[in-house]
Amino acid sequence: MNTPVDGLRVEKVHVWRGDRHVLKGVSLALASGQLLHVSGPNGTGKTTLLRVICGLLRPEQGSVSWRGQPISSVRGEYQAALAYASHEPALKGDLTALENLRFAVGLKRRVSPGELRASLEQTGVAACADLPARVLSAGQRRRVAMARVLAMNAPLWLLDEPFTNLDAAGTRLLMEMLQSHAEGGGSALVVAHQELVMARDMRSLVLTA
Amino acid sequence: MSVGPGEAFALVVHRELRLSFRRPDQLLQPLVFFLIVTTLFPLGLSLQLSLLRDMAPGVLWVAALLSSLLSLDSLFKSDADDGTLEQLALCGQGLTVIVVAKTFAHWLVSGLALVLVSPLVGTALGIPGSVFATMMLSLALGTLTLSWLGAIGAGLTVGLKRGNVLLSLIVLPLAMPLLIFGAAATDRAISGVSASGALYFLAALCVFTCTLAPFAATAALHITLE
Repeated sequence: MNTPVDGLRVEKVHVWRGDRHVLKGVSLALASGQLLHVSGPNGTGKTTLLRVICGLLRPEQGSVSWRGQPISSVRGEYQAALAYASHEPALKGDLTALENLRFAVGLKRRVSPGELRASLEQTGVAACADLPARVLSAGQRRRVAMARVLAMNAPLWLLDEPFTNLDAAGTRLLMEMLQSHAEGGGSALVVAHQELVMARDMRSLVLTA
Repeated sequence: MSVGPGEAFALVVHRELRLSFRRPDQLLQPLVFFLIVTTLFPLGLSLQLSLLRDMAPGVLWVAALLSSLLSLDSLFKSDADDGTLEQLALCGQGLTVIVVAKTFAHWLVSGLALVLVSPLVGTALGIPGSVFATMMLSLALGTLTLSWLGAIGAGLTVGLKRGNVLLSLIVLPLAMPLLIFGAAATDRAISGVSASGALYFLAALCVFTCTLAPFAATAALHITLE
C-alpha cells in the first residue's frame, strides 16, 4: 500500500447514525502543502467526516491514519498536530478574546500573550482582544476562532464551515491564510458550501446522499 | 514547545476559576441555598436546643449534598453547549487531565466554599465549637467524593436537554454512604466519642473515587462527544 508517510489518510470510512448510513466508504488523502475542499448537500455527512478525522467519532468501518500510523495509536502527537475549528466559534462568552485564545492554545503549546495578540491582529480583531467574547459580533467571533487556529501553529487544519458570518474582506483574508498555510507546507481540509476560488490548487471532494 | 500534564492541569483550573468568578451569582447560589435550607430547620422544628443538636448533623449533611448537586449540572454542560468541550478534548493532553482539573476546580468553588461556611451553619444549629474541626474535615472529604461521583453523572447526562433531574437520580443513591458516615462522624464528635472510624471510612471512599472516577467520567464524556 502506498500510504504517504507525511500526511493524513482516510480509508473507506463507514459511519451509521442509528439506521442512517451517513458515510459510505469515504476515502481521501492529504499530504503536506495540499488543500482539500469538502462539499455536498446538507445531511451528507460533511461534519461527521470531519469529526471522524479529528478522532471525536469512531467509524464503524475504515481507518484514519496520520503519518502512516492509525490515529488511535498516536493520539497525543496527532492532536498536537491538528487545529480544529467546528462550525461554532467555541468561545467562552465570559472570557475576553485573548483569554479564550490563551486557555485554548496554551494547552497545545507554550505561547506568549504577544504571539496571541499578533494572531488576533492578523485576523483583524486586535481591537477586540480585551473585550468579553459575548459582546463580539458573529463575524468577529469567527475571526477570533480563526486566530486560534493560526496561533496553534499546527500543520493540519480541519475547518468546518469557516466562512459562515464572514464578510467579503474576511473571506478573502481566510483564503489568503489557507494559501500561505499551504505554501508553508501545511495542509487543510475545509468543509464549505460555497465555491472556493484559490490561486493555489485546491482539490475537491463532493459527498453525495 | 509542548505542554506537560501538570501545566495543562494548572491552566484548566485557572480557566475554571476565572469563569466562576466572572459569574459570582452562580458561585453564590449554592452557598445561599445551603444557608437558607439549614436555617429553615430550626424555624420549622421545636426550639429545644437538645433536639436541634440531635438533628444537626443530618440536616447539615443533607443540605450540603443538595446544594452541591445544584452546581454539578454545569460541570461540563456549558462547555459542551458552546463547543469548547470539543476543543478541550482535542488539545493533545488527553481528556482525563481536563476532567480531573475541571472537577477539582469545581470542588474548590462549591465543596470547599461549603466547608468554609459550615461553622456558621453549625453555630445556628447548636453544634458546639469543639466539633467544628471534625465537621469540616468530614465535609471536605464528603464534598470531594461527591464532586467525583457527580463528574461521572454529569459526563453521562451532559448531552441531555433536562439532565439535571436524572443527574440527581444517579448521584444521590451513590452518595448515601457519604451521608451515613459523614453525619455519624459529626454526631459522634458531638457526643464526645472518637469519630476517627467514620472519618477513615470517608477518607477511604474519597481515595476510591479520586482514583477511579476520573476514568469513568472520561469514558462517559467520550460517549457523549460521539
